[in-house]
Amino acid sequence: MTFQTNEIPVKTFPEYSKVVLVGNPNVGKSLIFNHISGMYVEVSNFPGTTVSITTCQYKKYFIYDTPGIYGVSSFNDEEKVTKEIILKADIIISVVNALNLERDLFLTLQLIEMGKKVSVILNRIDELKKYQIKINSKKLSELLGVEVFTTSALTGEGLENIDEIIEKAREGKQDKFILEKIKHIKNFNLDKSTYLLLLEGDRDLINKYNLQISSEDVREEIYIHRRNRVKEIVDAVESKDTPAGIFFSNFGRLALKPVTGIPILIGILFLIYIFIGDFVSQRLVDFTENSIGKNIVEYNIKKFVSYYIPSEIEINILDNDENVIETINEKFPKGIIEESEKFKEIETRTSGKTKEANFKYQNPIVQFFFGEFGVITMTTTYLFFLLLPLIISFYLVLSFLEDSGYLPRLAALVDKTFTKLGLNGKAIIPIILGFGCVTMATITTRMLGTEREKTIATAILQFVIPCSAQLAVITVLLTAAGLEATVIYIVTILTIIILTSTILNKIVPGVSQPLILDLPLMSIPQIKNVLRKTYYRTVGFMKDATPLFFIGTSIIGLLQVTGLINYWINFLEPITTKVLQLPKESAVAFIMGMIRRDFGAAGLFHMSLTKYQVVVSLVTITLFVPCIASFLVMLKERGLKIGLTIWAGTWIFAFTLGGILSHILM
Amino acid sequence: MGKINIMKFTLNKAKRGQQLLVQQLPEGDYKLQLIRFGILEGETITCLDKIFGGTIIIQKNRLEIALGNDLARQIIVSSLN
Repeated sequence: MTFQTNEIPVKTFPEYSKVVLVGNPNVGKSLIFNHISGMYVEVSNFPGTTVSITTCQYKKYFIYDTPGIYGVSSFNDEEKVTKEIILKADIIISVVNALNLERDLFLTLQLIEMGKKVSVILNRIDELKKYQIKINSKKLSELLGVEVFTTSALTGEGLENIDEIIEKAREGKQDKFILEKIKHIKNFNLDKSTYLLLLEGDRDLINKYNLQISSEDVREEIYIHRRNRVKEIVDAVESKDTPAGIFFSNFGRLALKPVTGIPILIGILFLIYIFIGDFVSQRLVDFTENSIGKNIVEYNIKKFVSYYIPSEIEINILDNDENVIETINEKFPKGIIEESEKFKEIETRTSGKTKEANFKYQNPIVQFFFGEFGVITMTTTYLFFLLLPLIISFYLVLSFLEDSGYLPRLAALVDKTFTKLGLNGKAIIPIILGFGCVTMATITTRMLGTEREKTIATAILQFVIPCSAQLAVITVLLTAAGLEATVIYIVTILTIIILTSTILNKIVPGVSQPLILDLPLMSIPQIKNVLRKTYYRTVGFMKDATPLFFIGTSIIGLLQVTGLINYWINFLEPITTKVLQLPKESAVAFIMGMIRRDFGAAGLFHMSLTKYQVVVSLVTITLFVPCIASFLVMLKERGLKIGLTIWAGTWIFAFTLGGILSHILM
Repeated sequence: MGKINIMKFTLNKAKRGQQLLVQQLPEGDYKLQLIRFGILEGETITCLDKIFGGTIIIQKNRLEIALGNDLARQIIVSSLN
């Protein structure tokens, strides 16, 4: 039984113990959770991947995976949600990165001081040798007063003891200083954890209990004392520190310096372009879409249908430049089955040649499902042979970037620029993720510190960032339209991003936080993890997209069959033809765009547009409303008022800017 | 005997590669977040890099942390070399 939820289902199962995995970002909690649950959770090398609590049932326990935090407090949403579940936990497994003991033990000590039953997992133990670090785990266990288990979550080493790790959890050594601080607890009807957090000035809890028992000095005193204890412990258990320089990868350093960092960024973008823009979206997709999708799959489905149903078959034979050199047109009023000889002859005549086959059906229902824009035939080709290869390649690149530890460095590199937009460099992470899936990225805005930053980042995501599916279709359309069109598109979108965020920076109330970001080690991503992540994300995407896609094309098909589509086309005509200077049929693309973003762009596929019209329509579609899924997530994350404002804003925004661009170009 | 007068300046003015002694942290939540990372008054840190004269990358032992310019301006340090 697994859940993925923001509401923690703790009350429902009182007979189970609640075991919570807690640790700093990027220590391997999710890998350990995967191991226990056998279910898949995304794992990456950057802060902020696990944005909600994930839980599974294991024997007589409920295991919870939590977002990475540096301490239990309320500095951001991740900390708040993790703190909630920690307060309710029966057992805490404190996961510690053996390479970063000094950073990680602060949290472990805090958990022990909270009076929780704790077991420590010292993870990534296999990497210690490489960096010539030795840790005396027995001594560590002695000093903390709890069991310490060494593991390598990547290889699974040490995780076979998971039952023992859970069962042996116990209350650790209580520090005299803290005991002294909490001696007045008996005057209150509170547990130790809550009391300590109140002393530490946790704002959520102060509001909840309406109780202020401490001053700024006290919380600072506690933090400093804890930090000093960490230092003492690390000095006692860790030996033979590496000289600086061996430890950090040079690449990580170079990625930070503007002189080398910007060329590295350009280099990475170029490689991505070569891979996705050139190799996948042109060569590979051309092969999958035309050779496999249209000529094999779609052709055979249509042929099968035509066996029994009257049809007219038109086959164009093409030369190497895709010019029609011969057209064969035959009618089969009783289906191929009655005239199979005639059909065989056509197939022999056209075999081995480049061709394009059109099947026309008299029956409107058959035409609706299997015709030129048939719900079944077109969607199949489009989903599996155009979109799928593109989505896989986008997720592959994203997963690789995430796992390399490059993204936090990119965040530092762009921090100054982002400050001008009312954000800090951290916001680059949801925005980059937005190029994968805007819906998912909207959820990751939780990692940002203030409501103001979350609102600005969400608005940028919903307004301007095209998701991978949409980007896939855009790439294909732009490559066809040429270099000039591509450049105009990119420049326009970048200008709009800067413009929007500058305006938002002025109008959204509140203050933004400066950056405090821990930079994880750069590492070459584990291929297994990258592939696994890509696989699960792709499957997730396809599961999500396929039904919506069929529904979407069916709606459009029905509107077409019933003629209702003309009302919409005429209604929007002043905007499409006068403002945007596009054919009035482009109104159809906008309806489709409301269902899924990529739909909208896909709707432009079959229109004959000039290169400037392609740019204008793509810019408008990019800026137009987000897909239904991300619209709903936005409402949930940002509330009805802000959510609806942003959504309605995209209508005005898209048509206004599209119109301006159109009149500049045409 | 008077105290030796040490030059104090804010972290955003630190030079690349400079070893620094943390003299004073800003009050409030940021201070606690910095303490969690082990950046305390009296600790030694290294200024690893400055990005566009804005964001500061500091190193403390095996930790590398990026600090925004607004925050670096509120941290007072002195030079150790």
